[in-house]
Amino acid sequence: MVKKVVRGFYSVAYSVKLCRPKVICAYPITPQTEIVERLAEMYANGELEGCKYITAESEFGAASILVGASATGARTFTATCSQGLMLMSEVLWNAAGMRLPIVIVNTNRSVSAPLSIWNDHQDSLALRDAGIMQMYVENNQEVHDAIPQAFKIAENRKVLLPFMVCMDGYKLTHAYEPVDLLDQELVDQFLPEFDPPMKLTTKNPLTFGSYTPPSYYMEFRIAMHRAMERAKDVMLKVFKEWAEITGRDWGGLITPEYDSGEVSVITLGSLVGMVREVVKELRNEGYSVNFIKLRVFRPFPTEDLRKTLEQSSKVIVFEKSISLGHEGPVGMEVKSCIFGKQVEFYDFVVGLGGRDYPKDAIRKAILDVYEGKRKPGLYFDGYKEFEEISL
Amino acid sequence: MYFGSGHSACPGCALPIAVKSVLNALDGKCFVVNSTGCLEIISSQYGKSAWGVPYIHSLFENAAAVAAGIDAALEVLNRKDEGHVVVFAGDGATADIGIGPLSGMFDRGHDVLYVCLDNEAYQNTGNQQSALTPPGSFTTTTPVGKLMPGKLGRKKDMISIAVAHGIPYAATASVAYPRDIIRKVKKAVEFKGPKYLQIHCPCVTGWGLDSKLVIKVAKLAIETGLYPIVEFENGKLTRVMKIKRKPVEEYLKLQRRFKHLFKHPKGEEVIKFIQSIADENAKRYGLDL
Repeated sequence: MVKKVVRGFYSVAYSVKLCRPKVICAYPITPQTEIVERLAEMYANGELEGCKYITAESEFGAASILVGASATGARTFTATCSQGLMLMSEVLWNAAGMRLPIVIVNTNRSVSAPLSIWNDHQDSLALRDAGIMQMYVENNQEVHDAIPQAFKIAENRKVLLPFMVCMDGYKLTHAYEPVDLLDQELVDQFLPEFDPPMKLTTKNPLTFGSYTPPSYYMEFRIAMHRAMERAKDVMLKVFKEWAEITGRDWGGLITPEYDSGEVSVITLGSLVGMVREVVKELRNEGYSVNFIKLRVFRPFPTEDLRKTLEQSSKVIVFEKSISLGHEGPVGMEVKSCIFGKQVEFYDFVVGLGGRDYPKDAIRKAILDVYEGKRKPGLYFDGYKEFEEISL
Repeated sequence: MYFGSGHSACPGCALPIAVKSVLNALDGKCFVVNSTGCLEIISSQYGKSAWGVPYIHSLFENAAAVAAGIDAALEVLNRKDEGHVVVFAGDGATADIGIGPLSGMFDRGHDVLYVCLDNEAYQNTGNQQSALTPPGSFTTTTPVGKLMPGKLGRKKDMISIAVAHGIPYAATASVAYPRDIIRKVKKAVEFKGPKYLQIHCPCVTGWGLDSKLVIKVAKLAIETGLYPIVEFENGKLTRVMKIKRKPVEEYLKLQRRFKHLFKHPKGEEVIKFIQSIADENAKRYGLDL
């Protein structure tokens, strides 16, 4: 492996190349574009051996092209975010139902209106129920490492579902970071060729994408749910293997930093680094705080979280998303893990549309909760009150 | 059998004639991509598939893109010799909701035969107007009322749109002439790149036809000049089915969807308009014998 200072885009593109995809198809959208630009350069230079790179007429077209390619037995990759992910979403639900292990990198960006190109998690979290696995990474080494693992998990015959690796737009995509670039040999050893149990071929003509009357539909959907459940074990095995061969252990579906803490703090994505740092400082100052990185959002690590949160009397979630009309979508999921327990829950919705959420604010929020200065509930930290015209 | 037992098309439905003609022309050596619609619903129920060739249905509007993906995969996997990639899509899937992906597929030059099965409305959902519904036609979304005499607009000229993309082959055909469909499919797949074939398929229920009149009506569509049978190779018009032209009323009067035109206050005007379209077609393609 070679350590190089690269941008997030390159970290993704280089890793994708090493996975030897057969069909790459995408459509430009900020802040994803440079990923597919880097791949296009590799393609133009003949570095994507045995791969077809297709420029689609839309994200909808891109995802659809991958449905055809994946069903024919080709390893497939695309990248998008925000409006692009929304435009793809009809296809992605369909791809999941057809059990096509397409790998997607989503460079998390807010959703219009108002138009914003900056980062939050509203786009990918809106696909919560689609049957797509979702992993959130904290830095550009993790996204580099996540892609071969994503293919291996998605293509596992016990799983066969699309996999979305979520990296924060700008915060990670545009950041220069030192990344240990993987070797082709290592990835080749780790990732076998895509060999689906069923594919479109004239040698054995099969029907894909049947419609089902009420007598069968439910069976297909529950089968997908079971595949999601099985994916948890498959992930743990793949994560372990990855740690063994690379020496980089990114943990499990969740990654608790310490064994215990009166207050547990949970977050995901690029906020992880800073929140982890604040918690470390607070522990050094004698506060009983734990930090838990939420790495995999689908399948949701319910049992792991329930167990980990057992020692805490207060739980805090920092998330860059809001389910309008209810609460933060990550908070809702975490809350379901502490149901029936005497735990106070605090959901901090922060940083929507790329708003900075500084270290001081994180520290203050945790200390306020710790010292009982805040009641349990939902907070919009960093939000400025403003007057709505229609009122 | 490439397409056979198990399909649940209405008695008299034209779609199986078109599909069987295409599949027979290719000796079943093909991958079928089907948009959501009549054909998909009558042939792909779980456990009752009527397809003897590899078949995929994804969504309503993405068949051209899915086909492009299959073509790309076959190429990189060195499996092109397995067969041709064929799309079967309805008129709405082609000319309305799926025209973006279709244009993309044409533009990128994928090696795909795109067959539009044109029954001139969204018939699977019960006869709603599409861009290929002809003027004057009653549909449930262009109903006939005191003010309205059915659909007002023209039928979208998909052949010209296809030709304008610079694709190597574009043609129309009709279920009235299956041998012509077979000849055209065989010719089309000689060209590498995107091919467009639009097949006129009368719909018993949506058009309000006696099922024994399906072929007669299909023939009259051609003979009145309303459905010109044409063939373009590399952008040049190479073949036209010449006709001894009949007045459009002969075609209209056999169908319930046009019945109102003979009594509605605006009916005469609409029939004149329809006749002017037939005249235009005749002039443009040199249809008249």
